[in-house]
Amino acid sequence: MAQKKFVVGCFDEEKVLFPAVKQVRAAGYKIKDVYTPFAVHGLDHALGMRETSLHTAGFIYGITGTATAISAISWIFTKDWPLNIGGKPHFALPAWVPIIFELTVLFAAVGMVMTFCYLCQLAPGVKKHHFHKRATDDLFVMVIECTDKTNTDDLKALLSSNGAIETDVQVAEDGWWFGTYDKEDNLYNEKQLA
Amino acid sequence: MHIKYESQLREPLVYGEKNFHQVTEDILRPIEVKPSRLWYIGFFIAVTLLLFGVYSLYREVTYGIGQWNLNKTIGWGWDITNFVWWVGIGHAGTLISAVLLLFRQGWRTGVNRAAEAMTIFAVMCAGQFPIFHMGRVWLAFFIMPYPNSRGPLWVNFNSPLLWDVFAISTYFTVSLLFWYSGLLPDLATVRDRAFTKLRKKLYGIAAFGWTGSTKHWQRHESLSLVLAGLSTPLVLSVHTIVSFDFATSVIPGWHTTIFPPYFVAGAIFSGFAMVQSLLIVVRKVFGLTDYITIGHIDLMNKVIVLTGSIVGIAYLTELFMGWYSQNKYEGYTFWYSRAYLFSPYGWSYWGMMACNVLSPQIFWSRKMRRNVFVTFFMSIIVNIGMWFERFVIIVTSLYRDYLPSSWSVYYSPSIWEIGFYLGTFGLFFTCFFLFAKYFPVIAVAEIKYVLKRSGESYKPEFEKLEAQPLDKFIHDNTHAH
Repeated sequence: MAQKKFVVGCFDEEKVLFPAVKQVRAAGYKIKDVYTPFAVHGLDHALGMRETSLHTAGFIYGITGTATAISAISWIFTKDWPLNIGGKPHFALPAWVPIIFELTVLFAAVGMVMTFCYLCQLAPGVKKHHFHKRATDDLFVMVIECTDKTNTDDLKALLSSNGAIETDVQVAEDGWWFGTYDKEDNLYNEKQLA
Repeated sequence: MHIKYESQLREPLVYGEKNFHQVTEDILRPIEVKPSRLWYIGFFIAVTLLLFGVYSLYREVTYGIGQWNLNKTIGWGWDITNFVWWVGIGHAGTLISAVLLLFRQGWRTGVNRAAEAMTIFAVMCAGQFPIFHMGRVWLAFFIMPYPNSRGPLWVNFNSPLLWDVFAISTYFTVSLLFWYSGLLPDLATVRDRAFTKLRKKLYGIAAFGWTGSTKHWQRHESLSLVLAGLSTPLVLSVHTIVSFDFATSVIPGWHTTIFPPYFVAGAIFSGFAMVQSLLIVVRKVFGLTDYITIGHIDLMNKVIVLTGSIVGIAYLTELFMGWYSQNKYEGYTFWYSRAYLFSPYGWSYWGMMACNVLSPQIFWSRKMRRNVFVTFFMSIIVNIGMWFERFVIIVTSLYRDYLPSSWSVYYSPSIWEIGFYLGTFGLFFTCFFLFAKYFPVIAVAEIKYVLKRSGESYKPEFEKLEAQPLDKFIHDNTHAH
């Protein structure tokens, strides 16, 4: 796979990180990502990322569960093997509500977690390039992808002047993932970036 | 919009002078050092109990349900009592992680991880009871609806017992997913600190390759929020459906509409008590008193006194309805079999009343809520009381049915019934000891999020922030342009 060059800047304060993100973007660089030890609220907006539509996927999985439960139970109890239970109607919708509800939740939850893992390329045994060991401990690691025109020294100086405590140049390549061979994820909102 | 800081009036959620790295160090220390002698002793006891449980089950499977002292009238005895008890305990974790997340209760961060783990282990224990109560446990898969060569003979979707199968298995699956997806970032932290190759490899596999990318965090937040939204009605549905096992029957003492809310309140009550029992020990042994603070214990005790009182009102309502309905059978069950102290099982009713309704009232006092010893003692008492509650509901309603000739002799469990129960304690604590040894017992990443918003050493800075208009703060910090 294609090897790419990245400039890495490490920050140790959220307060410093946000203005730095602004400055780096204002200077026209494309930030690949910021690796943080915890969810920094608002950072996705500051980076100009699109909203995730994971919750929409969750809704679709949920109604799939509802539909599966209703259709399966009603087919079984009215067509395949109608049971006479005390002369009550075969199509006993109120009595099915608990199972319909449970399957809705089950489908939504399992589907969402699997989608989450697929989108984030997370699975047991997946190896990724880690730009800094302390990104899961106490550093906010900003990674900027270099183009042909990028002057790494200028960029490092820019990061340092904006409060980066460490700067670095690294070469990394993307790992393999289902159906994404050499394809970039489109994570950013183009309108916001412009 | 998310909070930028927490009011000065609130107690800090993290005590002491901490920074992000210190948080990592503190919480991960217990899993990076050799376990203490105490851990080995505890683990040994747990495994011994587990093995005794396995032997008890071996007897039950080999010789049949006759190994238990159930009889014609009391068809559900200790076994289903223990099932409901464990399921109830399994409600606190998801309640803490889901409901409190939706209510934006910051204090959940200190306790949610351990509580969720406890939930999963408790549900695992609970599941054993109905499965083995089937007798021919090797045919347990018959409870799943699948096309088969017996007709196909389907399960009865109108039966509360089948609803239970779906509710408990869904609850277990969703809780497990919620717990593990929350663990991923913390496992990545452990992986990146690994000091041996083996640790790096194993935690690397467990962490799924988590990097901490902003996009991943954004999706992770969305996932947690939706899972919390799904788990909130789920957690309420599970014990509701367990209560339907009883409430949809026509047995006096079970056939009541009050059961769903009453069971859910009881489940939260016993679940929080179990969380208290475990965390009071964990925070002391692992030196995590800065993270699981007296404030946390205080807040959980408030939940205990609230839910305990709800349960108390439910008991009184039942007694009232037993009289008000003027139904002879109801009256007999509630006023003779239960409330009359000198009836055969009257002791269990009053034991339940004393443990669940009277004793938690001590927590109206702030001093008692913040006393670790009182809390630990009370958490045990509450769980004994909640066990009695299930025993009372099941046994006192069954032992004298409509036909006096089949009124049972006094029911007391056989050693193998008790052994099965002890075995689930063994399973629970074996799992919990392993969890505490190999996984971070506190959500590291979430503590880091609240640290600078609610940490003791950061609180004084908020005075400056309080003076600043909120709109300006948002504009400065979150907008791209």
